[in-house]
This record gives sequence, structure tokens and C-alpha cells, in this order.
Amino acid sequence: MAIKLETRGLGKRYGDVQALEPTDLQVHAGEFLTLLGPSGSGKTTLLQMIAGLAEPSAGQLHIDGVEATHLPPGKRGIGLVFQSYALFPHMTVAENVAYPLRMRRVRGQEMQRAVTDALAMVKMEAYAQRYPRELSGGQQQRIALARCFVYRPSVVLLDEPLGALDKKLREHMQLEIRRLHQELGLTFIYVTHDQEEALTMSDRICLMNQAKVEQVGTPQELYDRPATRFAATFLGHSNLLDGEADGKEGFLWADRRLPVPAQVSLSGPMALLVRPEAARLVAREEGLVCGPVVETVFIGSDIRVTVKLASGSSFVIRCPRGAMPAIGQEIGIAWNRDASVLLPI
Amino acid sequence: MIASSWSRRVRACLPAAPALAFLAVFFCLPVAEILQGAFRGAGGAVGLDQFHRLASTPVYAHVLGMTFLVSLITALASVILGYPLAYMLAQLGERARGRWLVWLMIPFWTSYLVKTFAWILVLSRTGVLGTLLVSLGVQHVPTLVPTLGAVIVGMVHALLPLAVMTMLPIMRTIGAQYRQAANTLGASNAQAFFSIYLPLSAPGVAAAALLVFITSLGFFIVPTLLGTPHETMTAQLVISAVLDLFNLPFAGALATVLLVCSFVVFVLYDRVVGLSSLGGEPPAPGSRGKGVALSLLMPCGHAVDAVQGLWRRATGRKGYAPRSGSPAGLKVYAVIVIALLMLPIVIVLPIAFTNTDFLAFPPRGFSLRWFETFAFSPVWQASLLRSLGVGFSTALAAVALGLGAALAMTRMPQAWSKPVFGLLIAPLIVPRIVTAVGLFYLYARLNLAGTDAGLVIGHTVLAIPYVIVTLAAAFKGYDWRLEDAARILGAGSWARMRTIMLPLLLPAIASAFLFAFLTSFDELTIAIFVSGGLKTTLPKQMWDEIQLSVTPTLAAVSFVLIVAIALIVVLLSMFRRKAQK
Repeated sequence: MAIKLETRGLGKRYGDVQALEPTDLQVHAGEFLTLLGPSGSGKTTLLQMIAGLAEPSAGQLHIDGVEATHLPPGKRGIGLVFQSYALFPHMTVAENVAYPLRMRRVRGQEMQRAVTDALAMVKMEAYAQRYPRELSGGQQQRIALARCFVYRPSVVLLDEPLGALDKKLREHMQLEIRRLHQELGLTFIYVTHDQEEALTMSDRICLMNQAKVEQVGTPQELYDRPATRFAATFLGHSNLLDGEADGKEGFLWADRRLPVPAQVSLSGPMALLVRPEAARLVAREEGLVCGPVVETVFIGSDIRVTVKLASGSSFVIRCPRGAMPAIGQEIGIAWNRDASVLLPI
Repeated sequence: MIASSWSRRVRACLPAAPALAFLAVFFCLPVAEILQGAFRGAGGAVGLDQFHRLASTPVYAHVLGMTFLVSLITALASVILGYPLAYMLAQLGERARGRWLVWLMIPFWTSYLVKTFAWILVLSRTGVLGTLLVSLGVQHVPTLVPTLGAVIVGMVHALLPLAVMTMLPIMRTIGAQYRQAANTLGASNAQAFFSIYLPLSAPGVAAAALLVFITSLGFFIVPTLLGTPHETMTAQLVISAVLDLFNLPFAGALATVLLVCSFVVFVLYDRVVGLSSLGGEPPAPGSRGKGVALSLLMPCGHAVDAVQGLWRRATGRKGYAPRSGSPAGLKVYAVIVIALLMLPIVIVLPIAFTNTDFLAFPPRGFSLRWFETFAFSPVWQASLLRSLGVGFSTALAAVALGLGAALAMTRMPQAWSKPVFGLLIAPLIVPRIVTAVGLFYLYARLNLAGTDAGLVIGHTVLAIPYVIVTLAAAFKGYDWRLEDAARILGAGSWARMRTIMLPLLLPAIASAFLFAFLTSFDELTIAIFVSGGLKTTLPKQMWDEIQLSVTPTLAAVSFVLIVAIALIVVLLSMFRRKAQK
């Protein structure tokens, strides 16, 4: 796949604070890449440097194979949708959408047509003559998208664009943005701290933590094969058992030897990850681990059972509805060895 | 239901009642009286005699023309010179801005009289500039004062800080994300400035121009002291009509002209920009002239770009750098403007220690005898004490009245709060000289002329708008959910006010108090009409003395005032910094 955009050792330092460690990242043409991470993980800094709004302290940025590290934002062929929308309050919707065209000296009918098309794309044609403050949050978001798409940038950056919307509207706009991505075939780089949003929307996720990239991969890869403890806990729920790998496809935990994924022969202190839905409840004697049930929660299609292990930690299992175990009942937990992941501590 | 919601509304407005009643009696009534008095001839018959006299006498027409000319030039110069400074201040972080603002606040708060006195010292024949020119070998030093140029320099120096302080709040509401958005959408920094920043800051510019223009209309200190009779302004005529000619109807007619002009400018302003931007609020967009203005501004951005492009090609410099803060050139400019604002004030300081009986630069010898004269003269002593007392009483009264009104404004329906706000800040819009003449009439009948109570009342009228603007802004930022939280936790209305609202609003109340105090302490217009003889205020005493001769005692008095203001400003900024932590 062609590489659209690439950072080489791109980093940012504010005084003594390292906002982003030197980072290498490749973005493929036409993909939907999400920068995911908690606040302060450096994702917005990375986005700002790609946009040209922050000056990198180290490294380079290449777009389409050409160095763009010091190009002005308007000359990079990128578009940016702000979290706060940043619609110009003194201009109407139409004037806002026309702004990037006027800056590129597109005039007259051509401009009109492009504005109308962009507004149609986000289904806001009827609002052309309104002012931003007369629109709801969701509508303003659509206008911000239209203003970004109207000049056909080849890379679209979205900085937590749905942060200010309520849950229902968020989900709707997620679908809208996916639809626009597929229709336009552009490269999207999307920033969010919401792991669910990242999982549902992205082709690939770039997981960030403490000013550096933790792991890059498809949502499935990140979920099924997290590379670090942070990746395991940030995406989805996880049960982590701290113990020691013996280098012979075994894992020593609380005087038991648990199986690890086949052909893994690591040794030393490690953690074993088992996702709640990968485990199942079995009789006490058949379990790989066991303990008393301390909590059961009904969550619609599933139930969630929490078991207290001998080590004192809790183990959560998510399983289909059926016989609900009683609180205090001693129960065993089992899983397929290949559904577990061995992580460095 | 309807009746109860009606009564609830009325109850919500009740805290504003004292302030409104106060202004009705001591502001609306006297101003209205002037208006109707102006339409009476010498014999008491209703007519346009006075205006006829105004229009048909070339001298008066000239004075009116000069008043407008000087006010217009002052307003334009203050806004144009002040804009880059305000822009730079708006880009800074909170702490850096605080440090810069100290240097703007000192000239802002320094008394108009002191500032004008400083210019006399700079520009007079034996003054700083003259001495400097002679020592540089200039043969014929031109007369610098009194001239029209001196008047304009003095006026702009006096009012430029006001222009900057008026523009700054609106510029601060313009977030950096707009420029960033414009940048990513393809605009250069110049284009972003002209198409986004300038239109968004326009209401602040208009508000600054309006306030400076209207303040200038009623100015008399600077033209009297720095101008020739050719530069006489209307307010001077009003004073002489009242105090020398005892021709009240004629003074009324002059005041009416000023009033009508201010009113027209003000209504225009409200139509085009909207009143609320005086309180530092971004106005509602969508006026008709705006589309035209925008299409004019965009080419400005393109033009600046073209010039920059040429420059870059010529110098081989790299073009773009993402900005965080402001270009170095702007900072240099800001330093120069602030230096020019501070310099005349600073020059007064050494001169106060002169050993000679006259003022000259450089000061000769060193003595404290002028400070002794100031400290031990019963007249100066009494006037200083009176000014402090009147200032303190004014601040108390204005804050008490203003607090209720500002609180009521947050609760009353929008349709009411706009006219109420208009009335409360009206004393700022009506030239002071008009209010002063009106009060002069009223006090004569109420036997308040020459009393401290009369001074306090008059100063309170002038101070209320400043208190309202300060407190309204604070109330806007106040989180009313805290009130609900306190109510649920069991606090009654009095307890809520004492434990939640007042502590949180204390910084705003303190600065409103100080604002009101300084308004009174520096006030001269009302003092000229209301105080007299032995019962003068400090500015009035300075004014009387300065008109007779420019003595070293005045330099000593100015020294004390400047140092006091500087101390207050520095203390306030330290206090604010502490409050931010």
C-alpha cells in the first residue's frame, strides 16, 4: 500500500517537558488511522505537527514522499477539523465553507458549486445562510466537516471532533464520518481518547501513551495481541495474572502451572492476559484457576461474573445468559491457551 | 400564574431599585433640566434663541468645530496607535500579560491633571525638550506649548490607555483556534489577520473609539493648559458661561449640543456594534455592512502577502513559522508606546526635588522644601483629606448601589436588562461637563452646593458605570450552580451570599471599589462647580494653582500622586497574581 504520510523521528519538547518522543509513523493512502491514547499521551501534539500548527523540535515529516516539515499549514494539502469546530462566528455557514476556496482564489460559480456540494455532502444545504451560533453542536460539527472537505485535501485530520456531543449524536456522527471516509477515499487521521470509538471506526489504530507510540495495528491486532500491559488494559477489559514464564510453554502463577499460547517460549517475570469473554465458567476441579463468586451483574445479552482468586485479585468472566452462579459459590475458570497473551510486566 | 411570575420578576429587579432611583434623581433629572433650559431665551420664553446665537457667532461655531476635530483626531490616533499594543497583550499568557499591564495601568490611573502638568514640563520653553534641543545646538526652538499639536499629543497621551483597556477584553475572547483554522484552510498569517482577527476585534475597536471620542468631547484640562485660545474646546466655554458669565441657559445650550452629539454617536454605535460589547462581550454577528467589509478585507490579506512574498524573495528568508505569541517587531513597538506613555510621568519625579523657585530642566540642587510646602500648608492638607474622604464615601456608595444593580441584571428578563444596563452606564456616555452643569443647577436649589455630600453624590453618579461594568463581567463568569449546591446543602439566601457569592466575587468587588475611589479622587469637572473656597478637593486645588502659575509645589504634589498610584497598581497586580495561584 502506498505511503501517504510519514514521520521520521518527529518529536516535540516544550522546555523540560517532552510532549512527544521522536516518533516514526507511516500512514497509508486512503486509510482511517486513529491516534488513541489518554490525555497527555502526545496524540494532539503529533496531530498539530502534522497540521503545521506546532513546530517540531526534532525529525521530519514527509507527505507524498516530499518533505513538508516546515511548510505552512495551508500548503500541505491537509484539512483539520477542530474539537471546538473553530467556525468563524462573524461569517455565515456558506461564508465559512467558502473561506478555504477564497484563500485559494477560487471565485464565482465554481466556488458556489463547491460550497453547495460540500454542504450537500453533510446534508446541511438548508442552513447556508445561518450563523454558526444559530446551529446545534451536531450541526456545527457537520459544517466544520464541510469546510474541511470543500477544498479536497488529500489528508483529513480530526482532533477529537465528537468530544462535545452526547452519546446518541456521537454514534450517529461516527457513522457519518465513516461514510464520508468511504465516499471520498481520502486519508483520515483521527484523534480520540475513546477506545470504543477507535475500535469501531479505524482501519488501524496508533496507540499512544506517555508521549510515545505504544503499538500500531488493526483494531483486531490491538485487541487480540496487545504488545504491552498498557495496550491490554487501555483497550477493552482484561484479566492480568502476574507470574513467571518458565520458557517451556508454561506460566507459574500462585503454585499452579498455567498453559501459555503454543510456541511461546519466553521466560522470566511476566503477566498473562485473558479477556473476560475468552474465559468460561467450569466446575471447581476443572478450572485452571478457581475461587468464590463475589459479584454477578446482568448486562442484557450477557452476564458478568467476578471471581475472587487465591492471590487476592479479581477475575472477570463474561458469558452468555444461563444459570447465574450464586454469590459465594466456589467455581473454576478455564480458557483456551491460544486465547491468552503473555505480556512483559 | 401570570400574576405570580410577574411579581417574581419585579422582586428579582428590586436590588436595582436604589441605583436606578439614585440615577433618576441625580442624573436624569439634572440632564433633562439642562435640555429644557437650553430652549429658553433670555426672557424665559421657549425658543431656539440660544442655538441661534451659537450658530450665528463665528467664535462659537469655531469652538464647536475645534471640539469635534480634536476629539476625532484623538479617537482615531488612540485606536490606531493602541491596536497593535492591545493585540500583543491579548496574545500573551495570563502571567506575562499581568507584568505588561502594570506599565499600562500606571499611566491609565495617573490623574489627567498630573499627566497634563507633565507635558507642560516636557514641552515648555525651559522644559525637557526645549533644553535638550538647545543643548543639541538648535538655534530657534519653536514654540511647543501652547499649540494645537501639544493639545493633541496631550489628549492622545491621556486617553490611549483607555483605548487599549477597552479593546483588550474583546480581543481576549478571540481564541487562537480561529487563526489555526484559517491557517489550515490555506490562509497566511496576514490573510488570517485581515479576514478573521480584524473583523472579530472590530467591536472592541468601535467601543474604544466611542469612549475616547465622547470623553474627549467633554475635555477641558488639556486644551486649557496646552492650547492657545484658538484651540478652545466646548467644555471650556461651558465652564466660563457658568462661572464667569452666569449665563445658565447659554451653558445649557452648549451642553445640549455636546449631549446630542454623544447621543447620536452612541445610538449609531448601538445599531452597528451593540451595547453589550462595552462590557467586553463579543457582539452578535450579522450586520448588513459586514459582507461588504469582509470582501474588502480579504484583498488586504492578499496584498500584504504579495508584499511579504517580494520581501522574502529579496532577503532570501524562509517564509512560514507557526506562531505562538507575537512577532518581535510588535514587542518592540509595544515597548516604545509604553515608554512614551511613562516617560512624561517619570520626568516629573526628579523635578519635584528642585531647589529653585521656578521649574526648569534639569532640576537644580536638591531639596525637600516643596514637599514640606505641600505637607504643611493647611489648604493642601485640607484638600487632600477631603479628596480621600470623598473618594472613600463615593466608593462605598457606588459599590453598594452597583452591586445590587449588577445582581438584579443577571436575574431580570433580557428585554429589561438592556435598557437598565443602558441607563446605568449612561453617565459614562454623557460628557461629564453636562452632568456637572446639571448638578450645579440642582444643588443650588437643594442647598448642596459647596458641600461634601454634593461631591460624593456627583462622584457616585460618575463611578456607577465603572462599578457596573466590572461587576457585570464578574457575575457573567459566576457559576450559579454553586448557589444551587449551597441551597441543597442547607444555606439560606443570606448565608449563601455571605459564604459563597461574596468570597468568590471579592476580587471583582475590590477592583470595583478601587475603580470608584480613583474616579472620585481624580475627578475635577464636578469639583469645579460644586466645591470652592476653602472646601476644595485635591484636583480642584491643583487646577486653581496650575492656572495661576506652574509652581514646584505642583511637582511635589504630582510626585506623591504618581508614587501612590504606582504603589496601588503594583500591589493590585501582586494581589491578583496571588489570587490566581
